[in-house]
Amino acid sequence: MADLITYREAVAEGIAREMRRDPSVVCLGEDIGAAGGVFKTTVGLLDEFGPGRVWDTPISEQAITGAAMGAAMTGLRPVAEIMFSDFLACCWEYLANEIPKVRYMTGGQVTVPLVVRTANGGGLGFGAQHSQAVENWVFTVPGLKIAAPSSPADLVGLTAAAIRSDDPVVVFEHKGLFASKGAPAPPDHVVELGQASVIREGSDVTLVALASTVRTAVEAAERLAAEDISVEVIDLRCLVPLDVRTVLASLERTSRLVVVEENPYQGGWGGTLVSLVADEGFHLLDAPIKRVASACVPLPFADALEERVIPTADGVADEIRALAAY
Amino acid sequence: MTAASDSPASTGAALGATELLALYEQMQVIRRVEKAAHDLFMSGLVKGTTHLAAGQEAVAVGASAALRPDDYVFATYRGHHHALARGATPQECLAELMSRATGLCRGKGGSMHLTKASTGMLGSYAIVGAHLPMAAGAAWSAQLRGTGQVAVAFFGDGATNIGAFHEALNLAAIWRLPVLFICENNLYMEYTPIDTVTSVTNPAADRAVAYGLPGHVVDGNDVVLVHDTVAGAVSRARAGEGPTVIEARTYRHYGHSRSDPAKYRPADEVERWLAHDPLTLARTRLESLGVAAAELDEAETRASGIVDDAIDAAKNAPEADPAEAFTDVWADGGNTWRT
Repeated sequence: MADLITYREAVAEGIAREMRRDPSVVCLGEDIGAAGGVFKTTVGLLDEFGPGRVWDTPISEQAITGAAMGAAMTGLRPVAEIMFSDFLACCWEYLANEIPKVRYMTGGQVTVPLVVRTANGGGLGFGAQHSQAVENWVFTVPGLKIAAPSSPADLVGLTAAAIRSDDPVVVFEHKGLFASKGAPAPPDHVVELGQASVIREGSDVTLVALASTVRTAVEAAERLAAEDISVEVIDLRCLVPLDVRTVLASLERTSRLVVVEENPYQGGWGGTLVSLVADEGFHLLDAPIKRVASACVPLPFADALEERVIPTADGVADEIRALAAY
Repeated sequence: MTAASDSPASTGAALGATELLALYEQMQVIRRVEKAAHDLFMSGLVKGTTHLAAGQEAVAVGASAALRPDDYVFATYRGHHHALARGATPQECLAELMSRATGLCRGKGGSMHLTKASTGMLGSYAIVGAHLPMAAGAAWSAQLRGTGQVAVAFFGDGATNIGAFHEALNLAAIWRLPVLFICENNLYMEYTPIDTVTSVTNPAADRAVAYGLPGHVVDGNDVVLVHDTVAGAVSRARAGEGPTVIEARTYRHYGHSRSDPAKYRPADEVERWLAHDPLTLARTRLESLGVAAAELDEAETRASGIVDDAIDAAKNAPEADPAEAFTDVWADGGNTWRT
């Protein structure tokens, strides 16, 4: 098992690989340098690349994202960290109004090759303002690409693609996955943005997941296998570009769809995905589409409460059983 | 007593009569473009809104004259004068306002987003204060790449009360970035007198001290003073001595935007400022430098001709191509968001 790495280690590994190959890649964020990040996801970057490329900032999310944008427009490839994804609200101006629009509104005169990385999601008891899964916030804004890796290798590969992209990319690193382990990424590993991965093949139900819910989905699929229900699990890996084709191709085999999201049901990304399936894949379906998402309440603190809000493998398995029997 | 200094910090080269005459002509062009924008709006050829900068020409022209061609400028939705001062042509600007294919942004930006990246005019931004951190970022990029470039953010007095202003000044100060923060204090944040909603007398310059930065107040209608003050700050920035805040006091001749007749401004105040017109000031100064009245008249005639030709060219240009709605979302030129 010695060759496994943690999702946490994969963050720094992914960034370091790109910083080695491209001197225009620079990092900025709160506590990312000397402290190695509050989640220890940037450990070693300051030592290897020095203070000229790894910049500790004040608690100024607007300055972080705004400066990253100005730097990206003028020849650098900044990787900005927003410590908790909840704090995207503090610099929402840049994610909603500036970064995704400047290329378009100038008629293509400028390019914004930047990455905003942020620790997303719940399950760690951080309460209402440090636990949200907010990938759906970003999903509402045309002009931003979105990656949300579920494994260490994907994290390295998607980080590479995000940093190399000439478009702005928001990378959601899931807090609940930091301690998880997986195979290390091979050398020069790049996972192209917008390519979902079928991580478990099945014939009865298609189960679409993202980031933390991939683990939930696999757990549910394993349980149901014992009951002779065959579940195909798709890890979307990105929300933009959204790989609808892979989902439709799976439905040709299964004819049943369940989507499991950590963001709230209300306004969650699954709503857009299932509307596309209803529109373009209705003829493939033999049963209603089901969405399992977080409850439409703020994230509570206590474990017993938080577990009721965020989707569980049990909850997903129940939906799939009902759907398989439809 | 304020913490801001009223004395210019110039170390830049003084403007001679020839240079000043060129700036005078440039200001005349801008004044006429703003008049044209107003008239074309009234005749239905410009839609949406406009925020005209007539009266504020000296800030853009004086500052730009102190910059290198490769420096970066970030401006606001009241930014026609900055685009023009930074190399956009009157025809490109008016065509953009008139939704033409030949506009600066090919019809995707409009009055509030005039941009000419190829000449260092990195955009006009319509969310108050948002571009100050961007200018800091461009300066950070210049610093890391070692190019000696500076970045300039022009903003209104209203922007000094928004968080991004303060975050940008602090970041620029601690990283000693080669950036200039130039406030065009036209005394009103939209319809409200700035002094009724601001805790200090000079909304930008008095805040500079809180970030350990020099803050200068300058007559923004005097193109020479603006130039000299900016030149001093630019030398400082290029020498690695960090950012400067400059507050240029000025006055807009029109209302805040197209829908504002600006009736809230006292008549005597308007009269006083109209008598302190940046174009008149520059003309008087040129005369005192011995430039003949005929030469000044010729500059005005040239400016008039340039803008008249630009209006005709923009009117005769094709409408923006509807297919443009679906280009330039991504760097590959397209808009694909799904498979």
